[in-house]
This record gives sequence, C-alpha cells and structure tokens, in this order.
Amino acid sequence: MVEWSDFERATIQDIFSKMEYEVVGPAALSRCLVVYPWTQRYFGNFGNLYNAAAIIANPLVAKHGTTILHGLDRAVKNMDDIKATYAELSVLHSEKLHVDPDNFKLLSDCLTIVVAAKLGKDFTGDVQAAFQKFLAVVVSSLGRQYH
Amino acid sequence: MSLTPKDKAAVKALWAKISKSADAIGSDALSRMLTVYPQTKTYFSHWPDMSPGSAPVKAHGKKVMGGINLAVSKIDDLTNGLLELSEQHAFQLRVDPTNFKILSHCVLVVVSSMFPNDFTPEAHVAFDKFLTAVALALSEKYR
Repeated sequence: MVEWSDFERATIQDIFSKMEYEVVGPAALSRCLVVYPWTQRYFGNFGNLYNAAAIIANPLVAKHGTTILHGLDRAVKNMDDIKATYAELSVLHSEKLHVDPDNFKLLSDCLTIVVAAKLGKDFTGDVQAAFQKFLAVVVSSLGRQYH
Repeated sequence: MSLTPKDKAAVKALWAKISKSADAIGSDALSRMLTVYPQTKTYFSHWPDMSPGSAPVKAHGKKVMGGINLAVSKIDDLTNGLLELSEQHAFQLRVDPTNFKILSHCVLVVVSSMFPNDFTPEAHVAFDKFLTAVALALSEKYR
C-alpha cells in the first residue's frame, strides 16, 4: 500500500483540478514522440510524424494525448488503490497494445516537464516530488500485469 | 545517439538564452534533486546544510553549471574537453553514473519552468542529448 502524506494528496488533487487536459495532454505526448523518437513505433497509423512540427500539429496525436491524460483521472480519484484501478489497463497495454513498459517512464518525464512549464515557480521541489511519486505509482501499476 | 550539427546549434541557441541564469538554474536543480531524490543526499553528508537554497547548495549548483558552460564550449569534443572533470569524477568523486541522469532531469525541469517558451520539444531533445553526452564524457574513466 502506498502511503500518501496530506501534502501529497492535496498537491495531486490541486494540480489535476486545474489541469488543462486539451493543452497538457497533447503537449506531453507530442514532446515524448519528439524527444524519444523510438516511441513513434506505437503510432504507425497516426499519419505524418515526419518531424517535430508535423508531430506537434498532428490532430491524432493531440486527441490521443488528451485521452491518455484523462486516463490519469481514475488514479487521482483512487489514490489509495492505484494498483487495482489500473489492473485492466495494464493487461490492455501488455496483451493488446504490446507497449514496452519502459516507455511509461519516458512519457511521465515529459508530462513532468510540461507541467513544470505551466506552473513555473509554483512547481517547487516538494510539488515535483509529490507529482513524480504519483506518476511512479501509476507507471508501476501499468506495468504490473505484464508477464 | 551522438550530437548532430543541428543538435549542437540548438544547444548553443538555448544556452545563449538561459546562461545568464546559470547560477539560479544550478541552485534550483541541485535543491530539487536533493528533495525529489533523497538518496542523492548521501554524497553531501559533509555539508553543514543540505536544505534547498542553502549556501553550500547554491555554491555547488554554481560549480555544476560552470561545468555545463565548459561543456557547451567544448561541444565538438566533450571527451577531451572534459578530461580533468572526468578524472575527478572517476577517481575522487566516484558518483554513481545513475545520478547523472537524475541531475540532468532536474536541470531540464528547471529550464522548462523558468523558460517555458524557449524550452520547445526541439530544444528539449537537443539539450537532453547534450546532457547525456556530458554524462558519458564524465564517466569515461570510471573503468
């Protein structure tokens, strides 16, 4: 069981209550596809990913980025059992999507950097620690059902 | 994953914009690292004060960014350009190389938070590649 301090709970709820999903989701996914181009292997049917400009302008990337970010909502609402919350999604990513779980960390690092850009100096070291802890639990849960 | 001419140009362009804030970036990145990755504190047990923004942290952040500045100037040959620092890290400091990744990530987060408009995805990939290359040069003599 993951232990969350009051500060950590409040920080996660706060960040997500103010989240602009349609901006941050696309920004995080497109950044991941640019910074770690091998992640493009999972998006063969997304059309033009030829260069950074194309990736950032790609509407399928934008839509999927928003979807992924909303996927975190369930963890935000169930912080005390993220593992169970994501059991099905973990199976999906393993059995159907065949995503190497190392990629989850790459996307979560890009999300951290996008949120840092949004929050500026409000993204203090303590806030970063709470956010990264949350994402680490999500990442671990998503990789849990792989075999 | 070596640095292309385009990467080097992007790194120099970004550095030109952010280098006057190098001291602040260094201090924030190091403070952040000690907070977010507490295991890194094990390297600084000799400091009287490891808290964010403390004098030793600020001084050391400045030193680290001085190293990055040197690396930017030696971007065409990091292995030779960072030879002294490489020997220092291998024989005296012996920082486990995983920590280079950790500190690099903290630098990226700080640059992103301080310069959101300049830290575009293209600038990010070039700078990440650069910091990876610097880490490689610093661990050159480890074994």
